Amino acid sequence: MNTEILGIVLMYVLVLALAVPLGRYIGKVFNHESTWLDALFNPLDRLFFQLGGIDPHRPMTWKQHLVALLTINMIWFIFSLFVLTNMSWLPLNPDGNPSMSADLAFNTSVSFVTNTNLQHYSGETGLSYLGQLTLMLWQFISAGTGMAISAVVFHALRERTTGELGNFYGFFVRSCTRILFPIALIGAVILVFNGTPMTFEGKDTITTLEGVTQHISRGPAAAFISIKQLGTNGGGYYGPNSTHPLENPNYLTNLLETVFIFLIPLALVFAMGRVVRRPRLAWMVYGVMTVGFLLLVVPSIYFEMKGNPALADLGIAQPLGSMEGKEVRFGPAASAYWAINTTCTSNGSVNAMHDSLTPLTGLFALLGMMINCFYGGVGVGFLNFFVFIILAVFISGLLVGRTPEFLGKKVEAREIKIAMLVALLHPFLILAGTALASYLYTTNPTEYADWLNNPGFHGFSEILYEFSSASANNGSGFEGLGDNTPFWNLVSGLVMLLARYLPIIGPVAIAGLLARKKYIPEGAGTLKTDTATFGIMVLAVISIVAALAFFPALTLGPLAEYFTMTK
Amino acid sequence: MKSNNPSVFQKDLVQQALKQSFRKLDPRTLIQNPVMFTVEIGTAIMLVVSLSSLTGNHAQGSFGYNFTVFVVLLLTLLFANLAEAIAEARGKAQADSLRKTRQETPARLENGKVLSSSQLQKGDIFVCEAGDVIPSDGEIIEGLATIDESAITGESAPVIREAGGDKSSVTGGTKVLSDRIKVVVTTQPGESFLDQMIALVEGASRQKTPNEIALTILLAGFTLVFIIVTVTLKPFADYAHVPITIAAFISLFVCLIPTTIGGLLSAIGIAGMDRALRANVITKSGRAVETAGDIDVLLLDKTGTITIGNRKATYFYPAPGVDEKHFLKAVVLSSLSDETPEGKSILELAGVNPATYAVDNPRFIKFTAETRSSGIDYGDVRIRKGATDAIRALSEKAGNPFPVEIEQRVKTISSNGGTPLVVSENEWVLGVIELQDIIKPGIQERFERLRRMGIRTVMVTGDNPLTAKYIADKAGVDDFIAEAKPEDKMNYIRREQAEGRLVAMMGDGTNDAPALAQADVGVAMNSGTQAAKEAGNMVDLDNDPTKLIEVVEIGKQLLMTRGTLTTFSIANDVAKYFAIIPALFVVAIPALQSLNVMKLHSPESAILSAVIFNALIIPLLIPLALRGVAYKPIGASALLRRNLLLYGLGGVVVPFIGIKLIDVVVSVFI
Repeated sequence: MNTEILGIVLMYVLVLALAVPLGRYIGKVFNHESTWLDALFNPLDRLFFQLGGIDPHRPMTWKQHLVALLTINMIWFIFSLFVLTNMSWLPLNPDGNPSMSADLAFNTSVSFVTNTNLQHYSGETGLSYLGQLTLMLWQFISAGTGMAISAVVFHALRERTTGELGNFYGFFVRSCTRILFPIALIGAVILVFNGTPMTFEGKDTITTLEGVTQHISRGPAAAFISIKQLGTNGGGYYGPNSTHPLENPNYLTNLLETVFIFLIPLALVFAMGRVVRRPRLAWMVYGVMTVGFLLLVVPSIYFEMKGNPALADLGIAQPLGSMEGKEVRFGPAASAYWAINTTCTSNGSVNAMHDSLTPLTGLFALLGMMINCFYGGVGVGFLNFFVFIILAVFISGLLVGRTPEFLGKKVEAREIKIAMLVALLHPFLILAGTALASYLYTTNPTEYADWLNNPGFHGFSEILYEFSSASANNGSGFEGLGDNTPFWNLVSGLVMLLARYLPIIGPVAIAGLLARKKYIPEGAGTLKTDTATFGIMVLAVISIVAALAFFPALTLGPLAEYFTMTK
Repeated sequence: MKSNNPSVFQKDLVQQALKQSFRKLDPRTLIQNPVMFTVEIGTAIMLVVSLSSLTGNHAQGSFGYNFTVFVVLLLTLLFANLAEAIAEARGKAQADSLRKTRQETPARLENGKVLSSSQLQKGDIFVCEAGDVIPSDGEIIEGLATIDESAITGESAPVIREAGGDKSSVTGGTKVLSDRIKVVVTTQPGESFLDQMIALVEGASRQKTPNEIALTILLAGFTLVFIIVTVTLKPFADYAHVPITIAAFISLFVCLIPTTIGGLLSAIGIAGMDRALRANVITKSGRAVETAGDIDVLLLDKTGTITIGNRKATYFYPAPGVDEKHFLKAVVLSSLSDETPEGKSILELAGVNPATYAVDNPRFIKFTAETRSSGIDYGDVRIRKGATDAIRALSEKAGNPFPVEIEQRVKTISSNGGTPLVVSENEWVLGVIELQDIIKPGIQERFERLRRMGIRTVMVTGDNPLTAKYIADKAGVDDFIAEAKPEDKMNYIRREQAEGRLVAMMGDGTNDAPALAQADVGVAMNSGTQAAKEAGNMVDLDNDPTKLIEVVEIGKQLLMTRGTLTTFSIANDVAKYFAIIPALFVVAIPALQSLNVMKLHSPESAILSAVIFNALIIPLLIPLALRGVAYKPIGASALLRRNLLLYGLGGVVVPFIGIKLIDVVVSVFI
């Protein structure tokens, strides 16, 4: 048991030790400072820019940035719709897998465009290799989009008074070539050496010890898995995601994949400190995120290692802890740790069945997605956090008797309006979606009977989880939900779209508006935002907004299940 | 200051306010406040539900229960309205007492015609003599008078007002004590600053300030969250087969939305204006008060603000070999005809009756800019008193040496911020008089307080840089503008503003007007010229140059009161959730009894206790809303910690206790 915990501590220390220097490097990349990798990447980037006819030094306003972002996303969205609905006759389909239905292709494309990777299909039978490669391309584009737009916000926070915030294409290409690509390559190589397939050949046929013939799906898996973890995408190559022995063969790959979940979200916090030139602010943000993460992860590990109370009541010993739905090679601690990692960062890959988590761990996983900014998705995690900073700045400003300001810019009605709308959107999408599904299920119990494996509180948690996952652009599933139906495909697709783009547009607009304002130098009366006190304020705002919005729903789901189970 | 802070709940005020709080139930007025408007909708629904349960429909619970919820919600509305009404009534009472000074008084026009004061038009010229009450605000165009302004300022000492210069302004309602003045009316009837202020306090022309608008958006946002939470709870509960009554839904909603701050928000704004008025400051907009709370730099004139009026003689230094008594005599004689305040202070310091030095046929020599000295000739004695250079030139011309010791002394005095006056007799230097600026007692502490509030003080003076620096250091101001011309002030303000700082200043003279207009907060003295008063955004009736400090605190208090009550209101929701959520579900899901951490008696008593707490907290906080949260200059971070602990953590804990106590009482009746 102690080694299990030690393993987790190692994972966290490792990711922090890597994230700090990586953050510095990302900061340099965003700042166009020179790095030792320039010799390699400058010619490569130049090639891309020349091909695209882009001048990476032409500054854009925040509105132009958003237009560029939406354009890139829209073009590739149409491309991926085309590939997914025509895979059966397109090349690279050695297993002869069929094309997707229109609603599934819509859901899948949206899911990958939005960095969600909610999968209502199984990779082995649902996609050709061309389909997998298209989705892998998306895993780069959506992560690069997130990083580029966070670079825009960082620049906006740094600038004194300007409308010019760097070039979106420049940030985007540099994020992909100089950050995502090299790290993903290293990860993929390690995975290959641990047994993950990387080939374009079709299914392998083996004869087992029992003498049975088995067909083993393979393909360009290692490359896919590496970027799915790194870009907080989470969409698995195989249906069971990282519980699959080829997707996550051993404890070492599990360690690598866990580190990859957190690496860039954490590094971006430190990159922010470098770009904005306020390392203390970065540590404040890191501190708040870490305290929030620990509050979720520590009890989760405790409950998973403690075992299932219902089984304990039956007198069944659980020396390993709660092992239902978990892989023996990882154990309950590493599985619980991954579960909270993946839900906090909007990654959504899994190495255990979340449906089988004990009720309170399920609650903490849900909370990770409902809060969605304890590290958060690549780039967008900070954007979500930024919205809470704005709200905290406003309330603290009033509390100390001064018109609120953040980094020398006054926060006024317009910014509050946008921040409040973005903060509202997430609870709205989750609760309205869950309400709609509950309503349909309650009023048509026979028609939708196959939606839920478990009726009752757990079934409610499954619905709530699905919408939280979609709205947090997380992509993990509680599973146990029959979700490949036109209803789920369309509704969760819409939720993902709204939950992806509005929370990008909002913070970018706030940052753009702030950047244009007059800069007020810090005076003795200015409330400092890089202090522990302000950190507590931000944490309080985040917690109270989440608690107020979700407490009733959580009561009817995991809490009711927990209390019923322990009674 | 005329009136201090009377009790919040004065009997006549409350009676008047109670009537108003019913009148304010009109949905057309209530819609201005989105939070309370949704409560009104909820109240209306509960009325319908109660009436329907009276007709025998018990699906929604008993009539008694539903009706009680309705009454409590109605009380919540009335309490919120009461807060606003009391704030308005207090403001009105304060304004009325000022308005009394504007009773109808006869105005004697130049041509002898007598009009009533309300008939005076801008541009009319009237005449006032000793004993007259000045009928209207105006500017003296001829004459000089002593005036009793106690009706406005509460200050009993009469002041002198005269035509020309910076003290030419008179206020309606004040009384002429001596002499005769000719005054031109400067405002249209009903448009004076006081009229403007009364309108602001009465809410007629009160516009929401930018911070208030932003806060309203935040509160509306929270209200929306809770609309979503409450509406979606219906299908959730249906899924879990938990029946929830309309009363429970509405109670949950009303308890969760920030009614505490929503109900008190406008009262806080009005009370801020009212506090400014109580400090005898007339503000032209609520925004100005709020801006005052954000001030970074404060420009203050040295004379009258930092130092007491004029320089005073503080020491006599005879030259070596000169008899002290002889020197004193020369000093007194030289100042006999000196009518300047400095001259008078020399006689004061000498402390001898000038009559003891009676001389024959004195000939007084007036100060001229050319000689830069004054004095007296009698017999064959020529005593001169003047600037060091002037006397040195005089003595050296006569071939007499200028004593080294005196030279030294002059330097010491200068570098200590004083002004040396050298005295000579028959061109021989007798000694030197030290004149010093007297720094107002207690002013250092006030600047220290300002510094802790994060405000930089800047002294504006006509002195030379050396003297200015000395006084600046001694008084504890952060910066100074020496040898200041009017445009220097203006440039300084512009420079600070260009760097993003907010600047406040006080001024009285016409040449201050451009700077007053340029400053973010410009406070004009009531005694100042009309131009100055028009240019600034506040007028100080007391003519107290340090009044800005109070205005800054009022501005900060205004924001803080809103901030703390918002925090408190939202923090309250935690306890309310723990009261209502178990109550909603516990019948259908008994295991959720574990969430009933307060161990409330029954679902009905829990819901009632929560709504009753929610209603009662509003009147309990009215005094805080009206008086304002005390501002302590302990630094922004420390202040945040303190208020977060007090109103954030307190806001979490207090309702747990309050709801439990109410439940104990309520459970007796259920």
